Amino acid sequence: MTTELKMDVPQPRFLDQTQQGVLGKPIPRVDGALKVTGQATYAAEWQMDDMAHGVFVGAAIPKGHFTIDRDSIAGMDGFLGLYTDNLVRNSARGTLNTNPVQPGDRVDYLGQSIALVVAETFEQARDMAAALKVSYTRDDDAVTDLSEYDDWELKVGIELGDVDAAMDAAHKSVDLEYTTKGHNSGAMELHGSIASWDGDHVTVRSSLQMLGFNRNELADSLGVPPEQVRLLSPYVGGGFGSKLGIGPDSVGAAVAARDLGRPVRVVLTRPQVFDTTIRRTETRQHIRLAANQDGRLTGISHVNWQSNLPGEGHAEPVDAATRFLYAGENRYCAHYMARRNSPATGDVRSPGEAVGMLTLEAAMDELAEALEMDPIDLRIRNIPEVHPGNGKPISSNGMASSLRQGAEAFGWDQRQPTGTRREGEWLIGMGVAAAARANLLMPSSARVTLNPDATAVVETDMTDIGTGTYTILGQIAAETLGLPTESVTVHLGDSNFPTASGSGGSWGATSSGSSVLIAARAIRKTLAERMGCEEEALTLKDGMATGGNKRSALSELIDQPISEEGKIDKGKLTKGTHQAGYGAHFAEVAVNTVTGEVRVRRMLAAMAAGRILNEQTARSQVYGGQIWGIGSALHEGLEFDTRTGHIANHTLGEYYVPVHLDVGDLDVLFIDERDDMANPMQAKGIGELGFCGAAAAVANAIYNACGVRIRDFPATPDRIFPHL
Amino acid sequence: MKSFDYVRPETADAAHEAAGRFIAGGTNLIDLMKLQVETPEKLVDINRLDLRGISTEGDGLKIGALVSNSELAADLRIRTDYPLLSRALLSGATQQLRNKATTGGNFLQRTRCPYFYEPHQACNKRTPGEGCSAQGGVTRMLAVLGTSEHCLAAHPSDMAVAMRALDAKIAVTRADGTTERLALDDFYLLPGDRPDRETVLEPGDLITAVHLPAPAAGRQTYRKVRDRSSYAFALVSVAARIAMEDGKISDAALAFGGLAPRPWRDGAVEEILIGEAPSEALFGKAADRLLAEAKGAGGNDFKIPLTRRTLIAVLNDLTGESA
Ligand SMILES: Cc1cc2nc3c(=O)[nH]c(=O)nc-3n(C[C@H](O)[C@H](O)[C@H](O)COP(=O)(O)OP(=O)(O)OC[C@H]3O[C@@H](n4cnc5c(N)ncnc54)[C@H](O)[C@@H]3O)c2cc1C
Repeated sequence: MTTELKMDVPQPRFLDQTQQGVLGKPIPRVDGALKVTGQATYAAEWQMDDMAHGVFVGAAIPKGHFTIDRDSIAGMDGFLGLYTDNLVRNSARGTLNTNPVQPGDRVDYLGQSIALVVAETFEQARDMAAALKVSYTRDDDAVTDLSEYDDWELKVGIELGDVDAAMDAAHKSVDLEYTTKGHNSGAMELHGSIASWDGDHVTVRSSLQMLGFNRNELADSLGVPPEQVRLLSPYVGGGFGSKLGIGPDSVGAAVAARDLGRPVRVVLTRPQVFDTTIRRTETRQHIRLAANQDGRLTGISHVNWQSNLPGEGHAEPVDAATRFLYAGENRYCAHYMARRNSPATGDVRSPGEAVGMLTLEAAMDELAEALEMDPIDLRIRNIPEVHPGNGKPISSNGMASSLRQGAEAFGWDQRQPTGTRREGEWLIGMGVAAAARANLLMPSSARVTLNPDATAVVETDMTDIGTGTYTILGQIAAETLGLPTESVTVHLGDSNFPTASGSGGSWGATSSGSSVLIAARAIRKTLAERMGCEEEALTLKDGMATGGNKRSALSELIDQPISEEGKIDKGKLTKGTHQAGYGAHFAEVAVNTVTGEVRVRRMLAAMAAGRILNEQTARSQVYGGQIWGIGSALHEGLEFDTRTGHIANHTLGEYYVPVHLDVGDLDVLFIDERDDMANPMQAKGIGELGFCGAAAAVANAIYNACGVRIRDFPATPDRIFPHL
Repeated sequence: MKSFDYVRPETADAAHEAAGRFIAGGTNLIDLMKLQVETPEKLVDINRLDLRGISTEGDGLKIGALVSNSELAADLRIRTDYPLLSRALLSGATQQLRNKATTGGNFLQRTRCPYFYEPHQACNKRTPGEGCSAQGGVTRMLAVLGTSEHCLAAHPSDMAVAMRALDAKIAVTRADGTTERLALDDFYLLPGDRPDRETVLEPGDLITAVHLPAPAAGRQTYRKVRDRSSYAFALVSVAARIAMEDGKISDAALAFGGLAPRPWRDGAVEEILIGEAPSEALFGKAADRLLAEAKGAGGNDFKIPLTRRTLIAVLNDLTGESA
């Protein structure tokens, strides 16, 4: 049986009534030990009989056509095949359900996977990929340098009132330009796939975030019905957006495996991950804020310039939070898109807010200074009653409590005037920024089975990309069915299981968690019937059922497994309310007055994200977000050679993310909250919230430390020391 | 990676006879082989040769070519008498890499210029005569001193900068069995029109040891400025030893990393300092001298003022009261 819930009405707080007491508890990840002992087998680690190995060849020109000299490698030892047709140009962005293959001889950006060489061993294939002779005809109209680009496509996102007039009439205003560099997801696990065919059915072990969509995408690429595609992704070593859609590896492996009649493994190299999976666009941003004498915003304008490959639909929603975070009657948000011969852009962790809140919240800091207001007061004063763009009610907004409680816990009152706190060569400062990230719900299904021996099994094609999904889904089922968590087994990452939301957009835990809750509640219903009581009167704890003046062990109530499927879907509330996680970020940094080097000493994130399902995994997500915040404030940035579009720093040795020493003490404070409009668990997404705004707190702390306003990110030493 | 032969001789003689490319820690060579930037046909693994250990030699030290970067950094004599070397080593790479990386291999690590690593980009260091894509490209990590129109690459080593400041000598056994001790300026070549030739070593020449002279007077430091706090190559680094007598600088040794195709030392800079009382003006003059010929390529222009600031801070530090 399937029970479906559409989010049409506010949900009762069922999970505050249950008795097992495991939900929310800081239970370590159940897959943790497997992972640190190497027993969790990742996609490309499977050993298949008779497996062949494929290595991609990347285009050496930014735009044009190529021809391949097959004979240049066909005689080499171990050669099995060379494929140029039916490959995809780049990884798909998320939730598309399609990923069309590309015409065989066209190059749209440097590094594009143009040919797949398959050999008996990986080493042979790699050598052949280097030896393959490719000739090119290079088009001379490749766009690799945007400094004089003039073909921008404008898209206005919102236009309310008259921002220009608000700026003219403002008591104080700021008018600021920013730049941010492109980012790569840089997930630890390389993108890799093993494909094997059995007749006209293909099984692909791959590293993917959203199997329901991915199955359709791969079927589209291969020209087969989705029913003939099975995907297995039980363990995923990070995704951060780059594995939302299928990529060159899964398509290439499946194409070659079909032709050769044997399993084929394809793993991208680290440079290929940078070159051919989606990246976050670089941005130029223009922010204008107008405020009246009371420090109320009267005008907000956020315009950005970004780029993507020709023909790609994605645009980074840079102004996503600007649209709803603060009140203000005059509003304008728009973006300008350039078409550029560089790797496609798409969703990288916290798409939009990652770079858009960095700038908005840095601009708010400047406005607070202009108004001579405490930046926390300014923010709280401008929290809107309803969504300021469309008037929808806000489901819950914990920003004020986050700012207040965060300030208290962080010691915000110790903040000194700009440039006055010195320790030897170092200047110390504190910064604050708001956090916000839209809360999303996606259709999601799961099957829960309760066995007579008081164990349960959860099955869904949901993925755990290192976030803790295995653990929290087990906790939800255990809490609902009154079982210890050890009695619940969770199976994920198999497209044969009921289709889940997938991991992305911070909707995974809430969407797939709700489906598990719904399925488990359907089982409770049956148990209540057997106990002869209403479900509300049923208490389940430690394998015992109590209700209607009876007490009974589950083993006595059922003599065969009960299986139920649960499904959550968007409803009237999903559309009719504005939902977001909110919070506040605090940072303390030290800036070296000689070199401009910045060290983040400590950070605190106060997070209001509804019910917290597991305090430890949630905290770890926030830590990750804070660290990404440090990275995007100080380190991360793709360096393009503007002559070719080549990414000069396409390895983790050269593309800097924070190392341990860059990360000071991290602290996380969860604000007690329930969001009845979001889903039956009253929880909101936390995975990305911990990142949104974190970089701005660092940037604002740099200013408080040394008086240098950073407007170009990352804030490398050369962007700071000249001003000291 | 191209297929290659692999041998692991037990003695230096056998290593020379094997006539192939030496491999020590492999932390640099293997990466380059995977990219086919290096394509040796035969690897001669020298890890079984008797080139380990740190021993006293007269008033100085002899460091075997196979001593790991970790071991060298942790050695009590190094930490006591040559602390800038220990600091330099510890500022390089990561613990895991330092455990594998050897003293000999560290001197010979290749540049981190991004164009050196890309087969589709022109690089005179990789393929002589091909051109230099770095000119006009991404130049953040590249050199500002000692470059030529053919090559902008910087030498990436921290250890070698420290060794230059300490007047270390590299002991080499030539392929024909003759031995030499080379000062670093006689060991490293500037790129000129042959950037592929980085040292005076010929194929088959083996580094056997490094000799440090007797510890010299003064305070020492190694300061490395970089884009993140660890696991990053230097934007600029300064290895410095300054001795003071009667309020005046009596001796100085200054070497610089991240700036040039080899560890950079300029005697004229030290001459400006020696015999003088420390002052901002004096340090400024020394920095002016050091950077007189420095030339940025765009993305690395900032290295020039950054070097100036860092040098002055280091000199203040080593000549100040409370350092
Ligand atoms: C990710 C990364 C980050 C790094 N960061 C830094 C850093 O911040 N600072 C820094 O200084 N270094 C850094 N390094 C470089 C590291 O220090 C070098 O790779 C290491 O020192 C090389 O030593 P090895 O023994 O591994 O050399 P190998 O790779 O074995 O050899 C390097 C070269 O030396 C030759 N060779 C080795 N031994 C001898 C010998 N006895 N006689 C003659 N020829 C010999 C080899 O033929 C080869 O050409 C980094 C390296 C990596 C991979």
